[in-house]
Amino acid sequence: MYKKVTKQDVLALQKLIDEKRVFVYDESISEYSKDELGTLIGKPEVIVKVVATEEVSKVAKYAYDNNIPLTVRGSGTGLVGACVPLYGGIVLDTTLMNKIIGIDEENQILEVEAGALLMEIAEYTKERGYFYAPDPGEKSATIGGNIITNAGGMRAVKHGVTRDWVRALEVVLMDGTVLEFGKKVVKDTSGYSLKNLIIGSEGTLAIVTKAYLKVTAAPEKTLSLLVPYDSLEKAIEKVPAILNSGTNPTAVEFFTREALEYSETFLGKKFPDQNSPAYILLMFDGSETEVDANAKKISEILINELEAVDVLIVDTDERNDDVWSARSSFLEAIKASTTLMDECDVVVPRSEVGNYIKYTYELEKKYGLRLPSFGHAGDGNLHIYICKDDLSDKEWKEKLELVFEDLYNKAKEVGGLVSGEHGIGYAKMQYLKESVGEVQIDLMRRIKAAFDPKNLLNPGKVV
Amino acid sequence: MKIIVCIKQVPASTEVEIDPITGNLIRDGRNAKMNPYDLYAIETALRIKEFNGAHVATISMGPPSALAVLNESLWMGCDDATIMTDRKFGGADVVATSYTLAEGIKLIGSADLIICGKQTTDGDTAQVGPEIAENLKIPHLSYVDKIIEIKEKSIVVQVDMDSTEEVWEIDYPCLITVNKGIFTPRLPSYKRGKLFKDYEIRQIHFSDMKDQNEAHYGLKGSPTQVERMFPPIKNTDKEIWEDTDKNLALKLSKKLKEMKVV
Repeated sequence: MYKKVTKQDVLALQKLIDEKRVFVYDESISEYSKDELGTLIGKPEVIVKVVATEEVSKVAKYAYDNNIPLTVRGSGTGLVGACVPLYGGIVLDTTLMNKIIGIDEENQILEVEAGALLMEIAEYTKERGYFYAPDPGEKSATIGGNIITNAGGMRAVKHGVTRDWVRALEVVLMDGTVLEFGKKVVKDTSGYSLKNLIIGSEGTLAIVTKAYLKVTAAPEKTLSLLVPYDSLEKAIEKVPAILNSGTNPTAVEFFTREALEYSETFLGKKFPDQNSPAYILLMFDGSETEVDANAKKISEILINELEAVDVLIVDTDERNDDVWSARSSFLEAIKASTTLMDECDVVVPRSEVGNYIKYTYELEKKYGLRLPSFGHAGDGNLHIYICKDDLSDKEWKEKLELVFEDLYNKAKEVGGLVSGEHGIGYAKMQYLKESVGEVQIDLMRRIKAAFDPKNLLNPGKVV
Repeated sequence: MKIIVCIKQVPASTEVEIDPITGNLIRDGRNAKMNPYDLYAIETALRIKEFNGAHVATISMGPPSALAVLNESLWMGCDDATIMTDRKFGGADVVATSYTLAEGIKLIGSADLIICGKQTTDGDTAQVGPEIAENLKIPHLSYVDKIIEIKEKSIVVQVDMDSTEEVWEIDYPCLITVNKGIFTPRLPSYKRGKLFKDYEIRQIHFSDMKDQNEAHYGLKGSPTQVERMFPPIKNTDKEIWEDTDKNLALKLSKKLKEMKVV
């Protein structure tokens, strides 16, 4: 059993760091009990806002010595309950550890503290002519949160996910030990990659305090193409051919008119094209010559061979805003369209995206529920939202469980996985187990025990 | 019905160079785009075209690089495009620009409706549209934010006059300038662009003009002279406050009132 946080513990924590940054939990700061999805609640006993690695180390050691659970929280933008402190204890808030330390230009490495926001990193690198490619939809997330969920985003098709852009991590183990996993190097075959174990571990193995990220020279030009299709099936069917066209798109997204209507209502602004039921949205980046040549080549292929209705050019700030603001607002827009929702973030082989989406239509009919979806056609990662609308709580709970069961079974059947980029947290644990099986779960548990033998760090998550 | 839309190529960013002698913007077509307000004018024209099959032509005065925005207008759905380009047209202020464009419109032929964007993002005067109408001696309405009805001989529009919304009916031929947001502009179509592969945009030079008095065009025809032009100064002043939530809220509210933001 874990130790409950007492007044003495609070006083002790206040002595360890600045007392103004230690708060006893009450309902006025209820955001610390949930994440962005808001359906899972777990109240912390005390919140500690750290500003330096040494403080993290001291707080972790205190929790370790006193058997108090500790959950790390960044911006709280997760969608699977990973930052919700299920067993109370300490929530360690990293948002004040938000310094962008600088760019090592010779090694093309950006050094940042874990609490720096993705949007701040994007601005910082852009101003200096550099580029950090991972681009998840939630720009107010912290980089620490991105790293421990191995966040993906739309540019994954060409540039990979967060994991591909982390050179090294400074971490604090649960007993307070500060370590560096990886170095400012490009290649690394030096033993097991502990860095890669931490990435995607959802705060269960160690606390990330600092990251050394790969950056590259900023692309000279970015251009998007909006490709209308007369059906979603046809649109998705063409994605493998787009990926095999040798035009190297940065992002390949798909969405339907239905999803656009949610965002039009939410943003109070019409989408620039009103004529088609389905769209593929392509992005290209690189040198001007390369981008222009690739855009021209794919446009010809799309019209002549891939049955596109048209290819619409998104080439200015205003046009980018009209198109991408709609695409970026789907989550919020769908959320605003219903009373409550849950989401499924499966990833399937790219060849199965079309079938999988068709299957969600069948489920809509089967359960009489709305299942709006959109996703990354280029990497097989789909976001399917299950909307409660006017169902009673009881009906909702029952149907939700059944829909999830069907969705994850189907993902398994077509060779997919439970989560593409949002993680397992608490919400998807059962499905992870069903998806990967006991042996793998046991291996994961043994890894967890090696890092955190007392099971204090974010207990009750992932495995 | 014949509609003419006036469009302009403007710098795509605030990083612009100014000619130290003439005080004019150096326009070389690099890093340039269509004036964003003109996209709304084009979209308005194309919506009318969808409604009644109107013929939509665009016209632009500028260096040869402005052909890019005229091409873009064709790719968006316009039927014809004309460029007015000549060194003698260069350096024009509002008076000379609107006079030249009005003369150009006369050369293209009579239009029932002329549509302009409310203003440009570089000149920012919002006067060229109305002055074209004055030169053509036709009525005009500025700041149109809604098309209510398109009739055979007139158009009914809603005008945003800041403190009032006014509904007007205006007979053709007339000119309107439209606000941002009247419609979401459509995107240029690659497929449509291919139809215009061999299309040649009509060019109007000084020698084509009916009025051959050089004093009416360009720098010479401009009674206003810009004394100095400079890119906007970026204000990056920051104030950082630390206090309790309540005090910060009060302080912020006071500051916003002081700045007359609220």
